[in-house]
Amino acid sequence: MANSTLLKKHSMIKQIMSLKTGIKFILSLWLLTMAHLTYSQPLVDPLDSPSWNLVHKLILSNETVIFDDRVKVVVPDMAEDPMNVPVSVNVDGIGEIEEIRLFADLNPIKEILNFHPGKIEPFIAFRFKVQNSTPVRAAARTKDGVWHVGGSWLDATGGGCTAPSLGRALDNWVDTLGDVKSRLWSRADRPDRLRFRIMHPMDTGLAPGIPEFYIETLELKDKHGELIAHIESYQPVSENPFFSVDLDSKLFQGIVLSGRDNNGNLINQVLQ
Amino acid sequence: MNISSNLSSYRQMHIYYIRRLFKTSLLVLVLSLFNLQLINASELDYKLVAEPVGKGTYVFIGSTKYFSKKNGGNIANAAYVVTNSGVIVIDTGSSYQYGKQMRKYIESTTGLSIIKVFNTHHHPDHFLGNQAFKDVSIASLQGIVNAIDSQGEALNTNLYALVGDWMKETVAYSPTEVVTPGKITIGGHDIEIIALDGHTDSDMAIYDHTTGVLFAGDLIFHDRTPAVANANIQNWLNSIRQLQELDYTYLIAGHGPVTTDQHAMIQTHDYLSWLHETLQSALDKGLDISEALELELPKRFQALDILHEEYKRGVLQLYPSMEQAYFE
Repeated sequence: MANSTLLKKHSMIKQIMSLKTGIKFILSLWLLTMAHLTYSQPLVDPLDSPSWNLVHKLILSNETVIFDDRVKVVVPDMAEDPMNVPVSVNVDGIGEIEEIRLFADLNPIKEILNFHPGKIEPFIAFRFKVQNSTPVRAAARTKDGVWHVGGSWLDATGGGCTAPSLGRALDNWVDTLGDVKSRLWSRADRPDRLRFRIMHPMDTGLAPGIPEFYIETLELKDKHGELIAHIESYQPVSENPFFSVDLDSKLFQGIVLSGRDNNGNLINQVLQ
Repeated sequence: MNISSNLSSYRQMHIYYIRRLFKTSLLVLVLSLFNLQLINASELDYKLVAEPVGKGTYVFIGSTKYFSKKNGGNIANAAYVVTNSGVIVIDTGSSYQYGKQMRKYIESTTGLSIIKVFNTHHHPDHFLGNQAFKDVSIASLQGIVNAIDSQGEALNTNLYALVGDWMKETVAYSPTEVVTPGKITIGGHDIEIIALDGHTDSDMAIYDHTTGVLFAGDLIFHDRTPAVANANIQNWLNSIRQLQELDYTYLIAGHGPVTTDQHAMIQTHDYLSWLHETLQSALDKGLDISEALELELPKRFQALDILHEEYKRGVLQLYPSMEQAYFE
């Protein structure tokens, strides 16, 4: 009798124990799944690009990414002129942006430009060359190291990267190499606009017999030589590139543009 | 006993279904072949029907959309004038197929042969049918002949990419005769050749004094947004003002329906001057081209087909060179 009660007690304890471990087990499993869902859910690319994983690795080193509509990339639906596709990036409402990387998943040279806005607005507009239809993206890095990615598809029938620059057809392109023209618009209701154009063939190296020849770095400095913002540009930026940036011009007295191409030619110009 | 009868009925059922399947698939196959033939036959048929303009003049009205595989490039108007001694053709459409179909239609409905072909400018939707008229004198202004000589084949290649199969066997065929501005008589009609520019570097308008019909080419677009790929807008506006002086009874625009009044001229002039002012003021404000693309378009242009699409194309085509000039 006593024996049987003991047995009963024992089995009850065992049952409770197993119930407890079971609950624990299920709970931990649930926690794990949640953690998995939160932290390692595979990102769904809103542009459904076949190369997202590749560019995530190549251009953003597989760092943490969020697809974010506040990173606005404007490109036309169709590249009317594949050697001059306008693009603008504007990042609004995410906080301080340390760097913006622009790239096109399916272009033969995927990197387009890296922009470090520094002391100016996280906005840049210019034109670039495209070889075929591709997503065009901007990844904006906030201080916490997270890349906020926006973009859109661009339709193109192609040929922009493998054609020689137009300047190559003229024999005087060397005379104007590195020349800069610029203009500043003071605007009352929003940041001032600075536009500058640099004469340069920006050869991709993909046209037969013409090696790559392009501007690699551009820096905006104040007259004391302090860095305001800088750009790393790649081969796909269009020939004689035309940049638009936004800034508060009152903060800087005299802006100097300096830069260098991959052949070591220097650019140096006081902007007005 | 029971089992074997069941088995045999299964087998029969099986055979029945296989036969049915076979029959249906045969039917599907035959039908699809038939269909294929139908599609093939209709695929490259522009279904051209000319509409009369007054007496003795006819026009094939094209779509007011952009080039597509659906419309086969048939987006422009081609016209013809029936005279006592034969037919005068003004523009030949976008492909060899178009030219052939147009010629067949004209010859079978009039019973006359074609005595002269004109090209109003070098754009592919207006001259790539020339190939179907190789045995006829194809006439145009020197500037247009030069442009077709130098750019015709590139434009043809581009159209292959845009409309596909419709272009098969098409090559750029240049005009064979150079005409000079002024009056000529063809088949009893007093035809005035007017040399203008602005839509392209060389545009030809034709005014038939005998019928009062003005063939404006692409200097006038009607209820369709003007295309500005090769435009010089100031010159174009001057050309429109010159055309407005003419006392025509019918106006055949390069794109869009036929009119009898100044409406289409005013519309084209209004859009072009607005476009020019808008882009100039965008430049003055320091806007980047990507911002110019996003500008709001006035409500009064809503009657123009493919407004947003053609406006954006226009910005992409015009803004870079305006920018260059601005920064020089």
